[in-house]
Amino acid sequence: MYFQLTEEQKLIRETVRSFAENELAPLAAERDENESFDRELMFDKLAELGLTGIVFPEEYGGAGADYLSYAIAVEELSRVCASTGVTLSAHLSLGANPVWLFGNEAQKQKFLTPMAEGSKLGAFGLTEPTAGSDAGGTRTTAVRDGDEWILNGSKIFITNGGEAETYIVFARTDKNAEKHHGISAFIVEKDTPGFSFGKKEKKLGIRASLTCELVFENCRIPLDQLLGEEGKGFKVAMKTLDGGRIGIAAQALGIAQGAYEEALKYACERKQFDQPIASFQAIQFILADMALRIEASRLLVYQSAWRASAGLAYGKESAMAKLSASETAMWVTTKAVQVLGGYGYTRDFPVERMMRDAKITEIYEGTSEIQRIVIGSTITRG
Amino acid sequence: MFLDLTEEQNLIRETAREFAAAELAPVAAALDRGEQVELFLDNLKKLAELGFMGLNVKADYGGTEAGVIAFSVALTEIARACASTAVTVSVSNMVCEVIQAVGSEAQRLRYIPKICSGEFLAGAFALTETGAGSDPAAMTAVAVRDGDDWILNGSKIFITSAPYAGVFIVWAVTDPGLPKGKGISCFLVEAGTPGCIVGRAEEKMGQHASATNEMLFQDCRIPCSALMGKLNDGFRVAVAELAGGRIGIGSLGLGLGQVAIEQAARYALERKQFGQTISNFQAIQWKIADATTELEAARLLLMNAAFRKEQGKSYSKEASMAKLYATEVANRACYEAVQIYGGYGYTSEFPVERYSRDARITTIYEGTSEIQRLIIAREVLRSYA
Repeated sequence: MYFQLTEEQKLIRETVRSFAENELAPLAAERDENESFDRELMFDKLAELGLTGIVFPEEYGGAGADYLSYAIAVEELSRVCASTGVTLSAHLSLGANPVWLFGNEAQKQKFLTPMAEGSKLGAFGLTEPTAGSDAGGTRTTAVRDGDEWILNGSKIFITNGGEAETYIVFARTDKNAEKHHGISAFIVEKDTPGFSFGKKEKKLGIRASLTCELVFENCRIPLDQLLGEEGKGFKVAMKTLDGGRIGIAAQALGIAQGAYEEALKYACERKQFDQPIASFQAIQFILADMALRIEASRLLVYQSAWRASAGLAYGKESAMAKLSASETAMWVTTKAVQVLGGYGYTRDFPVERMMRDAKITEIYEGTSEIQRIVIGSTITRG
Repeated sequence: MFLDLTEEQNLIRETAREFAAAELAPVAAALDRGEQVELFLDNLKKLAELGFMGLNVKADYGGTEAGVIAFSVALTEIARACASTAVTVSVSNMVCEVIQAVGSEAQRLRYIPKICSGEFLAGAFALTETGAGSDPAAMTAVAVRDGDDWILNGSKIFITSAPYAGVFIVWAVTDPGLPKGKGISCFLVEAGTPGCIVGRAEEKMGQHASATNEMLFQDCRIPCSALMGKLNDGFRVAVAELAGGRIGIGSLGLGLGQVAIEQAARYALERKQFGQTISNFQAIQWKIADATTELEAARLLLMNAAFRKEQGKSYSKEASMAKLYATEVANRACYEAVQIYGGYGYTSEFPVERYSRDARITTIYEGTSEIQRLIIAREVLRSYA
């Protein structure tokens, strides 16, 4: 076991932290307030930093770094702006990564490279009103018609929806096949006729991140935009989500770290009963538990990232990382509001935003319940 | 032990429930978005007309004389529909009760009927300052005697109902020479008094419809008859007489927790995943079971504290236990409800998102959970010393 970051990983942390503190932090509260997605700041600048394709090979426009570097980048962005963290995570893990994992060479050239370079933003359309935790409930259909597939249906809660240029969309291609077997994955580009955007969600948190409905009405896409094998879309989705969990776990970790630092700083400054509240055991114990839970989660997140890059199985580990980090984020942010007291409930301090942002990490890309199922079924399989 | 409500308590509960369903619930989401503020104020007036602003106040002063249990159940019912309305009602009730307990007969007759009748839309407490939150004795607002008047200077923050309160109970240092906490007094300041200025409105995570403002006192001149209670006895008033407010906030939290988990249970019965309703899954069933159990325990703690107060027994520790427990389990219940709703629960399409934001402040205001623990521990340890 070797617990030190490499020079490259350290450099990435410093670079992203400096960008996050200098450029993302100042208007994070305003973006939250106005529900405004600032593409230039929240995506184009990430491309300049080489983050939009950080884990992919340079030949596909990536930076050739490892998953741990990616996790560190998402962590650092989320430490000050969770909406930016999820924008990158959804783009890279859910939009670009399935093309890397399942695309043929032509698809990689055409779709992965622009996403990795950051000239195109990626998104992932799996969830439907009746297919949340149960992706097998997918009702969107794709019917073969000559040289094309015709998509019909709708997708909800799609991160980066509306702004993204490239979407990985799941649809049922075989109505007769059993639940999970008749689903296929497709690459769909924005502005394809028949593809439009529905309602933009109003959310508790990550309000600067876009969450939108996708609508397909006789949307025709060429055959060569089928991703992976026909009927194997469920596997594409599950493999993609294994990796996606690393991104969301890192996002949750960053939120927790940000809130912990705010609480720590405030506790050392705030005086009540003639002393800094940090001198009270009740507050010290909260801070100690925060630091402990964050560190444990960080090790789980980094371990799953390391396993992904080392070519080891990481489905269970990324589920553990996501479960632990997201529940830690919720706990830490809630306690941070408590440490800041009445101030913590106001928008003068960022912890109330962090608390609202944290909640979704227990829900999206597999709820905590689904993570427990993944872990439980893996360890009982023997 | 008799654990049922009396007929009168039941009637009050039913009245509150009907009013909440008819008038409060339909507008709560709009109020949360900052719209239709006038409806919020109209509803306060209607609640006053129904007798909800002085539930535990004597009829001589326009109160309902229904007792503390009735106050608690009414607050819970109101909070189930709109927590912002509930906190406003709780605070106004407590302002009446504190004036009744500490004020002179003239002060009681001058202010309590106006709050109870709705002539004043609300009453307010002005205790907290930027440097005096959990530690109110650290306050720096001062009142200096000048002939027949007092001159108030200083600022207060996080003042519930400030823009529409008719009267403020204001705490200020009257004798800086005394040891910390010993030289503080309580004053009744009427809205509109020159130098009594409503300051900046806070932007909050939840309870958006309830106003929370800074109050500034700039050479605010009030007559010596505005002193409430004994000179330099204000800190005792703040510590002892506000205990009843904890029952109000605990009851508010209970209402939020109850409504959140009830809606989540209904949703679980409808929502299908994996070919069955999610209510079939133990993981969901246990969340509902745990939350319902905790909320029921919270309700009993609240009833016990309210009962003791009504009986004239000591109730400070019990009120702290009830507030601590009810607000913490309410937060858990609201967050578990969001979890049961999944992605939908994170959107403003379902009210659980609002409940979870509204619930968060309940472990903070009117004594943080930390302060409640301090009070409980102190009393318990004292009884064994």
